[in-house]
Amino acid sequence: MSGGSGGGGGGPSLMDSLFQRTLDDLIKGIRLHTPGAAQSSFISKSVDEIRREIKSTDLQTKSTALQKLTYLHSLHGFDMSWAAFHAVELTSSPSFAHKKTGYLAASLSFRPSTEVLLLLTNQLRKDLSSTNQHEVSLALECLSVICTADFARDLTPDIFTLLTSSKNFIRKKSIACLLMIFSQYPDAVRVCFKRLVENLESTDNAQTLAATVGVFCELASKEPRTYLPLAPEFYRILVDSRNNWVLIKVLKIFAKLAKLEPRLAKKVVEPICDHMKRSEAKSLVFECVRTIVSSFYEYEFAVKLAVSKIKEFLLDTDLNLKYLGLQGLLLVAPNHLWAVLENKEVVIKSLSDVDRNIRLEALRLVMSMVSDDNVIEICRVLIGYALKSDPEFCNEILRSMLSTCSRNVYEIINDFDWYVSLLGEMARIPHCQNGEEIEYQLIDIGMRVKDVRPELVRVARDLLIDPALLGNPFIHRILSAAAWVSGEYVWFSKNPFEIMEALLQPRANLLSPSIRALYIHSAFKVLSFCLHSFLLPHKPATSSSKLVDEPDFTYSESEEETDVDLATTSSSLSKKNAFTQESIVNMLILVLTSLSPLAGSHDVEIQERVRNVLGLAQLAQEEISCDLDNKEKIIDGVALKTSILIRLINDALSEDLGPVSLSAQERVPIPDGLLLEDNLGKLDTICADVELPISESFSLVKPVLTDVDSVSIRQNEESSETSAAESTSLLSEHRKRHGIFYLPSDNNQNASTSFPPANDPNERDNDVEDLVRLTEESLVLKRKSNLSRPRPVVVKLDEGDRLPITRAKTESNDDLISGAVRDVLLGNENSPPPAAPHSKVEKSEIGDSSRRKSKHRKEKKHQNVEESKQKSGGRHGRHKARQRADEGINVAVQIQKPVIPDFLL
Amino acid sequence: MIRAMMVINNQGKPRLAKFYNYTPVEQQQQLIRSIYSVLCLQPENVSNFIEGGSLLGPDSRLVYKLFATLYFVFVFDSSENELAMFDLIQVYVETLEKCFSNVCELDIVLNYGKMHTILDEMILGGQVVETNSQNIIKAVEEISKLEKITAATKLISKSTSLLWG
Repeated sequence: MSGGSGGGGGGPSLMDSLFQRTLDDLIKGIRLHTPGAAQSSFISKSVDEIRREIKSTDLQTKSTALQKLTYLHSLHGFDMSWAAFHAVELTSSPSFAHKKTGYLAASLSFRPSTEVLLLLTNQLRKDLSSTNQHEVSLALECLSVICTADFARDLTPDIFTLLTSSKNFIRKKSIACLLMIFSQYPDAVRVCFKRLVENLESTDNAQTLAATVGVFCELASKEPRTYLPLAPEFYRILVDSRNNWVLIKVLKIFAKLAKLEPRLAKKVVEPICDHMKRSEAKSLVFECVRTIVSSFYEYEFAVKLAVSKIKEFLLDTDLNLKYLGLQGLLLVAPNHLWAVLENKEVVIKSLSDVDRNIRLEALRLVMSMVSDDNVIEICRVLIGYALKSDPEFCNEILRSMLSTCSRNVYEIINDFDWYVSLLGEMARIPHCQNGEEIEYQLIDIGMRVKDVRPELVRVARDLLIDPALLGNPFIHRILSAAAWVSGEYVWFSKNPFEIMEALLQPRANLLSPSIRALYIHSAFKVLSFCLHSFLLPHKPATSSSKLVDEPDFTYSESEEETDVDLATTSSSLSKKNAFTQESIVNMLILVLTSLSPLAGSHDVEIQERVRNVLGLAQLAQEEISCDLDNKEKIIDGVALKTSILIRLINDALSEDLGPVSLSAQERVPIPDGLLLEDNLGKLDTICADVELPISESFSLVKPVLTDVDSVSIRQNEESSETSAAESTSLLSEHRKRHGIFYLPSDNNQNASTSFPPANDPNERDNDVEDLVRLTEESLVLKRKSNLSRPRPVVVKLDEGDRLPITRAKTESNDDLISGAVRDVLLGNENSPPPAAPHSKVEKSEIGDSSRRKSKHRKEKKHQNVEESKQKSGGRHGRHKARQRADEGINVAVQIQKPVIPDFLL
Repeated sequence: MIRAMMVINNQGKPRLAKFYNYTPVEQQQQLIRSIYSVLCLQPENVSNFIEGGSLLGPDSRLVYKLFATLYFVFVFDSSENELAMFDLIQVYVETLEKCFSNVCELDIVLNYGKMHTILDEMILGGQVVETNSQNIIKAVEEISKLEKITAATKLISKSTSLLWG
């Protein structure tokens, strides 16, 4: 019959059918040809063959062709959408083998947009009701993959029938398939949910139960609250079942439910511990551990048991167990840091494990241990590991350190001198690729922490004068921060000339233009500082008072700061660094010779900066060198053009830059007459009037407004007692808020004494530093609360991120599903009056089984029982439901309200 | 749920790929390639889990096991237990072993259909439905019997029709 069509018209010939390549032939052929051109030409030849063969009226030929095509599609990525109809055709073949081929092709290749998709509906329906269980199974498998809303709607009744199939083989598969049906067509819940719940009773077959619990686990992971009424069912399974697959899923469900209903925890903790103690299966033990430490962490005895199990995992030679042990430990860490400390040794050792997973987990754990007491010690250890590790992990370590130490505005750092030198050390680690973050922190700390500036400048100097570092592009960003720091805080420098040399060194041409420009601008600051110190050595006070006189810059804090800074600075400089005329002249020569070539740079920024420096240098050079003979005159020569200029520049530069709160903008009062809502149509005319400097002074004003707290606290400082009290209260508040970051150690219960840096001899300074830090923190308090979500990531990464994501992803259908589930529950709940008599009527039915079950159930659960059972009641298994409901009614009344208020309308 | 199962040989060639959420085949190939690129860099004697994160999207992890030349890989989310998935690989391989006695890559290459049959008996719609390899084998044998019967009768009818038609 098949031979009749002959060769023409693309149809298959008799020869094609008789000598058709089988799938085996195809596979062997592919293997014979070397990968590359030969193979792909063989494959495309085969595809051509398939195209002819698949049109055959002989189903065997067609089936073989489709088989080959499916293979090429799934493993070689060939398109087979054009063959969709043939797949549908084969599913209706009376031959099982053809049917199977058709279904396999469909489930591997159909997409929701496949046009012939709906042609499959009838065939699916037919096969779902087949007497051959393997045909049913084929249909279910296919449906579970290609299910669309249409399929789900049309086939729900058929699935519903299968849910009570006497064959477990069918039942478990139809249950597993339900999940897909529900997600495509939430209304199916109304039809199938009761039967699904009934299957929780299928104690006869573990696999059916496992599939059922698995479905609930998936459903509950999206919207746990809806399934709270089923808790008694799950509890029974938890206690009765001995199947690990079932128990794992039930544990996962309880991990979700326990967070919603605290009283559930009390009930469930013990059975979980029993499983943990008794089970040989590591998977189950680990699931118990995970459930305990993530959802039942208030139960000390359970956590202790879990931690002891974790310890076993950690010491196991199986790396998988070790890895999971570390993961478990990471889950314990936020609430029970002692568990981590107890296993500190293993954790630290794991940092050098060959297994990347284990190293990463260990690193996370180490970071979870960090507190202000041990941060120095831990960072020292970590730097050691970073030096030994491969580049990837090295940077992972550095990243963790940077993020942990800077958390909540360097909350755990007490000794900033140390931290700053640590940053410098990081920059020198060969693989360091965290330049950007280090750059940010160097500048950030410079602005936030005044007391650290001398050390910061020293660190910056060490980085700048090392020409080797310029060769590593990864740390150019750090160098740029170092240059900025050296320029901005140059008066702390022991030797500004050295810094000038470093900034102008020839190898600086390796830097990118923007960083080069920053170097040159820093050189400008250094130069103006040197000239200032040389020309006006004894008049720091004048300069600052001058500064204060400027109306734009009057604000109390900066006034004080500049005073202090300049006083200390000039004294230290006058001791160590005499600015001789010769040195200044040399410096000017250095500046002029090294920067003149750059005056024609193609980069605008560089050119601009260079011209500034050159202008200043040339001006100074003229005046200073022409009076080379008469040094006295120069020193007195306050009236020199240069001196005036220098003073102005220096005054401007010594303006202290502070951190700006993110919400600072909001706190700027809107000036009278400024209409922010106004149309911007007149922008051009406004811009014409406004001069640029105004915006600058605006930015300088901001710190004033944000510093209200600090000013008030500074006033308190006058009377040291009040200030101490205040700082203590602030501290305790802080500890309250960030309790998890403090060690629960016994030895330093009093935070106030342990908080100030130990190495600082000057107590008053301590107070000042504390206050500065605290005020800074209060400055950013608003921001902190905004960021408090992402911050804890370091501690419990796994937990934090997951929930919102999954919820967001599947929101719509989940809502529909849980809505439908709720409706199912309410449907029974709405009619409590009829329900109660019913159960009374059938009271006689109470048998042994109910008594057996009730043993496991505590009274409080009965309300739940009642509801779930009523809902599960339906037609089937109704008597059990009634028995329990009946028992429940007697005790449930007082618990009703709190347990699941949602369902008791 | 289980998101995908795949068997990849140590040269990156997929031998079996099954995705339980609809995934276009191009994306499947892409995923297989990127998973292989991670797997082939894994040194020996390390743990068999890989955090999915960047590779497979949020809330996903991967467990693999290398048997001779083949990586058996499961991709799953937080609704599954890592060690249980590891066991599942064991069950699958055990079943293969029993089906083919002394299974090697060639068996797997040449029995593409059967690989799917076995997998489908274990997992349906991303849910584990059978973990007992005896039961799996029983079902697989029944299925191949069904296939053979109909295939044999087909062959006979075909040859007779060729002779007489």
